[in-house]
Amino acid sequence: MSTLHTVNKSPFDRNSLDTCLSVTKADATVLMIEDGVAGAMQNTTASAGISDAMAKGVKFAVLGEDLRARGLPADRVMDGFSVVDYAGFVQLSADHDNVQSWL
Amino acid sequence: MKFAIQINEGPFTHQAADTAYQFTKAALANGHEIFRVFFYHDGVNNGTMYGVPPIDDRNVQQMWSELAEEHDLDLVVCVAAAQRRGIMDEDESKRHGKGAANIAPKFRISGLGQLIEAGIQADRLLVFGD
Repeated sequence: MSTLHTVNKSPFDRNSLDTCLSVTKADATVLMIEDGVAGAMQNTTASAGISDAMAKGVKFAVLGEDLRARGLPADRVMDGFSVVDYAGFVQLSADHDNVQSWL
Repeated sequence: MKFAIQINEGPFTHQAADTAYQFTKAALANGHEIFRVFFYHDGVNNGTMYGVPPIDDRNVQQMWSELAEEHDLDLVVCVAAAQRRGIMDEDESKRHGKGAANIAPKFRISGLGQLIEAGIQADRLLVFGD
């Protein structure tokens, strides 16, 4: 059973990304949306946890519209992330068996 | 694929109401079915037609009503959450001795069973909130 996890809070504001990463399995994808997109930036305090999860096989994605809405450049997103649009969000939801929203 | 959408946040709290709308629109555009959109907690505030946001602001209620008109969506507002926040249809308004109904076009008021059914019938249930 694969799960798509959506995280909509900045990791510099709440700990929902940490909580999410503590339960993600190798076949999961973590999609950062809304304020959560801040977590996708390179060289932050969230980066190490994300890299560890990537090494375990967890995939990562970030919503491009929400990056742009916040003036966060896509070329500063950590390596290994895919930048998706809303259609990509829908596709990820369809590709996984469940969607878990971390609110 | 059949999607069900749950919205727990009003249009003027944070971004969840907008994200849910954009997701729903993209799902429909890509040939998916939206089994139901269930408005719960503060999410019921998306379903009042008495909201008048400034002309240069988006009107989330109107966006939902129009999308529902176009795609015949089932927009369901939780009755208990709606009563607390003064969202009423004709029947509820009469029953509680209020002056008028304010439920927006294409929205309907019903109970939590509708959310449970959506969770069972849809292939995926997505929750948007704050």
